[in-house]
Amino acid sequence: MISLHGLTKVFPGGVRALDAIDLTVADGEFFALLGPSGCGKTTLLRTIAGLEIPTSGNIRINEADVTRLPPGRRDVAMVFQDYAIFPHMDVTDNIAYPLRIRKVPRAERVRKAAEVARRLSLADLLHRRPAQLSGGQQQRVALARAIACHPAAFLFDEPLSNLDARLRLEARTFLKRLQRELAVTTVFVTHDQAEALALADRIAVMSAGRMVQIGTPAEIFQRPSTTFVASFIGSTPMNLLPGTSTRGALHVAGAVRAAPAGLGEGDEIVYGVRPEYMGLSETERQDGIPGTVAVLENLGTGVLVTLESGDHLVQAVVPEGSEPALGVRRWAVPARSLVYRDGALLA
Amino acid sequence: MITDAAGLGRARATAFVLPALVLIAVFLVFPALWTIYLGLTDYRLTGLQAANPQVVGLDNYTSALGDPRFLSSLWLTVAYVGGSAVIGQAGLGFALAWVLRTRRGTVRRLVEGVVLLSWILPSTVVGFLWFALLDRDGGTLNALLGTPGFAWLLDHPLLSIIVFNTWRGTAFSMMLYSAALENVPPSHLETARLAGANVFQQLRDVVFPLIRRHVLTNLLLISLWTFNDFTPFVLTGGGPEGRSEILPIYVYNIALRGGELGLGAAVSFLILLINLVFALAYLRLLRGRRRQEATAAAGGPPA
Repeated sequence: MISLHGLTKVFPGGVRALDAIDLTVADGEFFALLGPSGCGKTTLLRTIAGLEIPTSGNIRINEADVTRLPPGRRDVAMVFQDYAIFPHMDVTDNIAYPLRIRKVPRAERVRKAAEVARRLSLADLLHRRPAQLSGGQQQRVALARAIACHPAAFLFDEPLSNLDARLRLEARTFLKRLQRELAVTTVFVTHDQAEALALADRIAVMSAGRMVQIGTPAEIFQRPSTTFVASFIGSTPMNLLPGTSTRGALHVAGAVRAAPAGLGEGDEIVYGVRPEYMGLSETERQDGIPGTVAVLENLGTGVLVTLESGDHLVQAVVPEGSEPALGVRRWAVPARSLVYRDGALLA
Repeated sequence: MITDAAGLGRARATAFVLPALVLIAVFLVFPALWTIYLGLTDYRLTGLQAANPQVVGLDNYTSALGDPRFLSSLWLTVAYVGGSAVIGQAGLGFALAWVLRTRRGTVRRLVEGVVLLSWILPSTVVGFLWFALLDRDGGTLNALLGTPGFAWLLDHPLLSIIVFNTWRGTAFSMMLYSAALENVPPSHLETARLAGANVFQQLRDVVFPLIRRHVLTNLLLISLWTFNDFTPFVLTGGGPEGRSEILPIYVYNIALRGGELGLGAAVSFLILLINLVFALAYLRLLRGRRRQEATAAAGGPPA
């Protein structure tokens, strides 16, 4: 278990990278830190590792306060984006390096490295140098080195982002299964929302050194708590359209929609609809947003249709083969929607 | 394959290269060959042999190698190179580079500035500064330490020139190692730190394997420079009683002060041979390392 209390990091020069972070990662949980670059997610991971010293607040790993301990005494293992495999050592020596520092006898180290290597399908590569390994193999060596020393927690800093797209999907599945089997508490940093949704038990979306929302992938995807999270999550960006409430109804880009409870007269809102939850009607509807088909993008199993509606662009995903022709008029009808007032989720 | 990429033609290409070749021949090749020839004669600065030198074969070499003054000079030079170049400049230079590696701003610029200053000042100026520092009667060091009348240059001449040359040449090693350390990925050091490695283990397991080639190149350059260094002459003139008479000063003393140009030329040729052995040994080390890496890249030892 990792728990953080009031963790703050201010860099020299005044940049506040972490702003009073409170967080508890449960035993065996796969936890993702998600956010755009510069949001503080990597600083948070490095602070847990002990590579950065927090300005204030404390860090506990399995109930022990490690805030002032050096990295080597925190019992955590980290996998870096560039894998950080030592080029002058073969695979065995790389995997066994943490054991060597702990003065484990040579024979025991070699046995342990071989055992971990077998698990990660590296058994045939034990005598190779890193330069002779593919990207995927190098990534597994870095994982093996982290596993070999049985840490209390894994810290992953974008370990999949240097792999090519296809390999990344394979590695993702592999990583998730491995984490389930080992059941080691894992904190995973990524800027790829699809990766976070696919891998994590829980996700924290970060922005400007704060956690904007913490929740399961389903919660984060279905009910993003702010327009920032809403725009960040989802492989096709959510439609976020401005609207106003008048006389118990919402007026959004030419459509009249039912208003949720708690809205005052004349309130400015943002109406959010995922393209996947947007239908297209061929006939005029009062609850549909009128527009002209401007762009068609093939997604394989579906087509992303972009409607031009006045100053706004409205996107909808329709099943393959049912896309409209360019330039025709359509009405976009939301099936599921979210209403934000002042950037925060209302309903 | 096109060998004449610039389209000059043989004649014009030769015309371009010729001036440089002539200069090299006149000022480098000819004096070197002339020195080898002189080393085989009894040529002197003054007297009968100055006008009419005779070829004496290998006599100069046998008398030099049998001369205790030459052997003690060789030993002093080895101590000077080992103490001031390998331990002093390379050791201190690396230590400074390592400590300054994570520093930014004023402290770093100040230290770098001071270290560089000692490197770029002219030798004679530096020599007199150190003379003023180490002087027996009015010296700054004696004033600072409260040891009036202590004759550093007379009682510890070798130590004095070793400290002097360390101070003088550390900047080069520091800059070279600073550049080399930039190439060590932070994540490698951090991986070692997370494994619990102390500073010595980080240097042994991460840093030195990655900068080994820089270390060897630096050691080659500074030991050659120090081996041929004449600057200590400004401080001690080789004395007292030849206790700081390293080889370049020895050659100067026998050839120009003693007038035995033939013997001086023979010893110069010996110095050249020693330098060659140095260079070849370092090159072998570098190449040996590269061959190992090439073998590893080509498939490694059979698994």
